[in-house]
Amino acid sequence: MSAEQQVKFYQTGTFTVGNRLLDPSKRTVQASIDRRNALTSGHRACQGCGEALGARYVLDAAMRATGGRLVAVNATGCLEVFSTPYPESAWQVAWLHSLFGNAAAVASGVAAALRVKGSDVRVIAQGGDGGTMDIGFGCLSGMFERNDDVLYVCYDNEAYMNTGVQRSSATPAAARTSTTPALGDEPGNSFGTGKNLPALAMAHGIPYVATASVADLHDLEGKVERAMAIHGARYLHVHVPCPLGWGSDPARTIQIARLAVESGLFPLFEASCGEVVRATPIRRRAKVDEYLRLQTRFAHLFDGTPRSAEALARIQALADRNVSRFGLAPRETEHHSP
Amino acid sequence: MLKQIEGSRAIAEAVALCRPEVICAYPITPQTHIVEDLSEIVKAGDLGRCAFINVESEFAAMSVAIGASATGARAYTATSSQGLLYMTEALYSAAGLGLPIVMTLGTRAIGAPINIWNDHSDAMALRDAGWVQLFAESNQEAADLHVIAFRLAEELSVPVMVCVDGFVLTHAFERVDIPAQADVDAFLPPFEPREVLDPAAPITIGALVGPEAFAEVKVLAHHKLLRSLDCIPALAAAFAARFGRAAGGLVRPYRTEGAETIVVALGSVNGTIQEVVDAMRADGHAIGSLDVCTFRPFPFAAVRRALMRASRVVVLEKNLSVGMGGVLATDVREALGVDAPAVYTVVAGLGGRAITRASVRAAVEKAQAGTLEALHFLDLDRRVVARELAHEVAR
Repeated sequence: MSAEQQVKFYQTGTFTVGNRLLDPSKRTVQASIDRRNALTSGHRACQGCGEALGARYVLDAAMRATGGRLVAVNATGCLEVFSTPYPESAWQVAWLHSLFGNAAAVASGVAAALRVKGSDVRVIAQGGDGGTMDIGFGCLSGMFERNDDVLYVCYDNEAYMNTGVQRSSATPAAARTSTTPALGDEPGNSFGTGKNLPALAMAHGIPYVATASVADLHDLEGKVERAMAIHGARYLHVHVPCPLGWGSDPARTIQIARLAVESGLFPLFEASCGEVVRATPIRRRAKVDEYLRLQTRFAHLFDGTPRSAEALARIQALADRNVSRFGLAPRETEHHSP
Repeated sequence: MLKQIEGSRAIAEAVALCRPEVICAYPITPQTHIVEDLSEIVKAGDLGRCAFINVESEFAAMSVAIGASATGARAYTATSSQGLLYMTEALYSAAGLGLPIVMTLGTRAIGAPINIWNDHSDAMALRDAGWVQLFAESNQEAADLHVIAFRLAEELSVPVMVCVDGFVLTHAFERVDIPAQADVDAFLPPFEPREVLDPAAPITIGALVGPEAFAEVKVLAHHKLLRSLDCIPALAAAFAARFGRAAGGLVRPYRTEGAETIVVALGSVNGTIQEVVDAMRADGHAIGSLDVCTFRPFPFAAVRRALMRASRVVVLEKNLSVGMGGVLATDVREALGVDAPAVYTVVAGLGGRAITRASVRAAVEKAQAGTLEALHFLDLDRRVVARELAHEVAR
């Protein structure tokens, strides 16, 4: 069987075509016949799952970066549940799951044991936004503060999807979830102050913090590789649409992820020791409406009422603030009208 | 080597002799001196590359131990009271994953109302978590049980909790014979994990198990824990052979030959009880006592053998299952079955209240006279309770 025949069907899109134009050393891990398929096919994620896609790219990039000398610790959540229904496992990497809120601490223990044994094996911990930003935040902060040699990856789909789409501290303002129904004076999630976990990670002064999106898998892989080239506590926050929870078309996962970036709602950047060192400018700035309109969790914002118009304006202001804060404005201004 | 040292120091030195590779520490009274002493031993370089990790909570302490143990490192931590409850979820995880972590529990009451003093409420609350629970009677035994605990844990791949009475033992200075390193090394071989996170042989640890297999997994864990009922006496014998003194075992009868009354207890209060037994024997009473060293798994057969010929059993215990009574007495009744001696529950020492020989003797004498309530609270200020109950009724 030739190498070409082993490439799977999901790689035949424009991403792969674009990838083939690159210098071989810069091509995506997924284009290589040597890729590990650390999260292999056959698992039980939903169609269009951004987390499954993100996790596969993260793990394979980390496997390439470490020559396969890698172990993974997983928080409870969708990723854990859809990948390991006993007696099946989709993991082709040494993998450990303990609890919802302790992945960062378990990974600290793994890293400590490896250090004591003088091993060169590296550690990745991963979890969803609930396991990372809410219930696991104490352990995560401890791991950061001790600068333990762990890359922690948060797959942020902005709610507790595994338990049926309940609100988390990552749920955006106005979003409808099963615990923030689109009812009453302030339909959907309230406009709180938000919880910016990459900024909280940066406040620990850890050597590497980055955000990434499944809309730009090359960028995601590059960030994993840079993270694995560094020792100490590192944090990667990956934006992963959830068709089930967001009420979006599974075929549009990448498009929606891209609109989150292009609207400015999810800025892509890297930080070193608490300082932003690189932000990805937006090539084509989108209005937040373009992004929100594709998700039924925001459907109530498009009822034409003044209240909804005000909510949309507030969300647009959040995006605009990100754009100015990170200097993301398109180099050639090219606003598309909704 | 004989030393006049604090119980916590003796435990720390015994743990260090076991060559732990990862130690996690979070402060809570009264276990704190143990990890303080271990931090000194590690920082001084006496434990080689051992990692001493100051974590941000007890939940993290047990979680770090889980990660370390699953990676093949010998892992240790210590806690008490609220700290044990705060790590509850991780304790079940460690047991379910079959990780041979050893933990000292400096036993202490649980709030509210907050109370830092000794009783066994914490240990009892986690009796169903799948951990072996051993109770030390003295500081010598507290030290020795840790050496046994690591070997037991690693032989069976189960976690072991060594329960040591907070303050009563942890803060008491006693003469303790600290074993020689060579003897401990001979007794405790290097840790050979059953399963380990290893890129060369990648396995999935901690999968989701559904209704089709969950019960079988739990029953197998039950059988594995019960196997320690065979291992513990064998290890106690092996320990005695190498170190020349007794430690551990399932239960230890004291002067039970021909005893009509037997007092049963866990931990350090057995010393007080044995003095009462001696005094009452001298006065012609047929009395003995039983120290339950292994509380989980519960040694039903050994307890039954030790108690079945008595006319009455007084279980003196430092816990109250609110709305039920005494936890140990319930297990003892289960062990004795029907046609059993009468079993009295005496709840004593809650929140650190002193248990005196006079009070124990008075309760035992009431039991002998058949006038002791089935559930008795030792040295209770009955006026306060009666007054408050009367207020309740008035309201």
